Amino acid sequence: MSTLFDILASAGLWAAVLRIATPLILGTLGALLSERAGVLHLGIEGIMTFGAMIGWLAVYNGADLWTGFLVAALAGAAFGVLHAMLTVTLGLSQHVAGLGVTLFASSFSYYVFRMLVPVAGTPPTITPFQPLDIPGLTSLPFFGPAFFAQTAPTYLAIIAALLLGLVLFRTPLGLAIRMTGENPHAAESQGINPVAIRYGAVIAGSALMGMAGAFLTLSAFNSFFPTMVQGRGWICIALVVFSSWRPGRALLGALLFAFFDGVQLRLQPALNGIVPYQLFLMIPYLLSIAALAIMARRARVPQALMQPYRRGER
Amino acid sequence: MTTPLLEISGVSKRFGANLANDDISLDLAKGEIVALLGENGAGKTTLMSILFGHYVPDAGTVSIDGAALPAGKPRAAIRAGIGMVHQHFALAPNLTVLENVMTGIEPLWAFASRTARARAKLEALSARFGLKVDPDARLGDLSVGEQQRVEILKALYNDTRILVLDEPTAVLTRTEAEHLFTTLKGMARQGLSLIFISHKLDEVMATADRIVVLRGGRKVAERRASETSKAELAELMVGRTVTRPVRAPSTPGAIVLEAAAVTLRLDGVDRLKAVDFRLSAGEVLGIIGVSGNGQAELARLLSGTARPSSGDLLLFGKPMGDPGVAGLVASGIGRVPEDRNKEGAIGDMAVWENAVLERLPRFSRHGLVDRKAGMAFAQEIIARFDVRGGGPATRIRLLSGGNMQKLILGRNLIDRPHILIAAQPARGLDEGAVASVHERILEARKAGTAVLLISEDLEEVMALADRIQAIVGGRLSPPVSAELADARMLGLMMAGEWSAETGAAHAS
Repeated sequence: MSTLFDILASAGLWAAVLRIATPLILGTLGALLSERAGVLHLGIEGIMTFGAMIGWLAVYNGADLWTGFLVAALAGAAFGVLHAMLTVTLGLSQHVAGLGVTLFASSFSYYVFRMLVPVAGTPPTITPFQPLDIPGLTSLPFFGPAFFAQTAPTYLAIIAALLLGLVLFRTPLGLAIRMTGENPHAAESQGINPVAIRYGAVIAGSALMGMAGAFLTLSAFNSFFPTMVQGRGWICIALVVFSSWRPGRALLGALLFAFFDGVQLRLQPALNGIVPYQLFLMIPYLLSIAALAIMARRARVPQALMQPYRRGER
Repeated sequence: MTTPLLEISGVSKRFGANLANDDISLDLAKGEIVALLGENGAGKTTLMSILFGHYVPDAGTVSIDGAALPAGKPRAAIRAGIGMVHQHFALAPNLTVLENVMTGIEPLWAFASRTARARAKLEALSARFGLKVDPDARLGDLSVGEQQRVEILKALYNDTRILVLDEPTAVLTRTEAEHLFTTLKGMARQGLSLIFISHKLDEVMATADRIVVLRGGRKVAERRASETSKAELAELMVGRTVTRPVRAPSTPGAIVLEAAAVTLRLDGVDRLKAVDFRLSAGEVLGIIGVSGNGQAELARLLSGTARPSSGDLLLFGKPMGDPGVAGLVASGIGRVPEDRNKEGAIGDMAVWENAVLERLPRFSRHGLVDRKAGMAFAQEIIARFDVRGGGPATRIRLLSGGNMQKLILGRNLIDRPHILIAAQPARGLDEGAVASVHERILEARKAGTAVLLISEDLEEVMALADRIQAIVGGRLSPPVSAELADARMLGLMMAGEWSAETGAAHAS
């Protein structure tokens, strides 16, 4: 019990929570935006992988870190165009199209990486983002190292969550997006173009997913390896449901998951030899399923989610 | 006379071989209510879609205040002050009332929504026309009647002068419909002009100033409401004299279904409270009441999808037990569910599949569905029950409501069931279809079927039922014989006023 308390009282845990949460926040926001417009986006896992690869590759080839981040966002947006063409223009099954995008984007990442980076014993590295020194805050005891020793993209992700919440719930554009996700026919009869809204939401959402991937290689680690996304995309899909499609709750959900993950990482060495460490790896997922089961029962799914929109058909 | 506010002149529209509108002219004055009366497929909705700019007419013009409206431009129609209330609401259940009304009214890229201003305007409109709604309520939590109010407010929001309502009562209960017509009359008094599309004679006569009758795409007549009668309108609309059949005297046989003090408790609420009834072979028992008073629960009980919490339900004199849906169908109970699109038929499946679904075991061979027998069965129903608009392989949602209902009736009656549970069997059907549904029910009665008719239509119940019980708040009144009942008495019974001397106690 005292081990657990020591873990909770360490600033390192809280810093890790924010770091672990960042890609989840960005990815969840991306999937959430897309789903609010009525398009399920299972391409997330692959787009994160590609974003991680292409962002890292840009920096490895001499671009600065922010350019790498931007390249990842643009690459994500390009996959968004593909997903939107499949699901909006062609009206294909959103599940199948999304899984297709994931499989394609992941294998394309490995291919590009293999082609451009020589095989080496230890993977090549870059210099990642460094923690920002925020005057007056970073130097605080405990709180400084716990909450104000992050790299810039982490703060960016938190701001993005608040911003997306404002856009969705306080602007005409947000209302148009939500209406399109609820009833595209109603949106159309009110003078909104549901096709344009869905394209926009899927593309912007995919850009966020690309950035989520880039955080892994440009901030959390300093190199790329093909399996590094490790299901984080799927966690984001679950977090969208957990959040009831609300950006603020998505932020909380991502932090909660990251908290479980951070605690289990620190429990592993403490209880080493007593329990196999694989058991701890399961904990965050089990707790997420439990949280999902509790939260999702009251969730209000966008009514037109996964329904292709065809003009003139009811 | 001054220039009419709206003038439709010489409008024609052809879809392939079908002339949907043939040289139709129509005008509308300020503050006037015009009803567009016609059967399904008479061209009413096509004409309104041309007015609203959804379709471009092949010939003819629409003008407002003497100025021609560009054809095929919904935006122009909205700007000219035309608002449309669709039969199938264009609303989003998860958004609030205010959000539903506000969608699309502001430039997309505005920095922030001007919610306060929109709310004030919505509240002003709502007060002016007596359309009470809570702007912050989630739309999906509202009743259908309230949702329609939102749809009307949305149509009024853009400074509308002409309001078009497409079959506004199709989805409403009787009370909601009456309330709606009071509201519409109030709107007209305030200078709004209204067109409403309908095939129901009662509401047209009660509400409209002028009635335009369409049939087969042509305007066949135009009458002032004060100078016509329901009988004349019915004949104009259908093109021949339609008379709804009325039951002939008969002697009921043995009691086949009996409920004694049956209570049904669902989710902690008593939906049916100690109801008693007896149903005999060869009679129609009418259960009359405003929707939502326990009819759905009663139908569930008798369809095998719910079991009584207490009391006895006797089928052919024996306790019903828990036979399940399949067991009930096998024992000879036919069912016509209240919502034919949701519970009566599966829209995207073929007519023959819908015909055999209830009795699959009979149409199975070696564990496979016997398609050939199913097709033949469906063909027989189609022939015997005069189902038009498609063959056995047609997807059932392509049939009109009346023909779908004939198929549902047919698949039940073809087996000569002992009991038929018919819930709102004629709801939403046009005059010709109502008559043929009623005819089928009376035929079944004559053949010895016991019919339980659940309805909120006074006329229907009085024409078909031998005995009538009212359902109010989950309680059933004692039965009155149809000979003794009149509209006033039934109206009182539906309001929960039934006298003790008929044998039952008041709600204690």
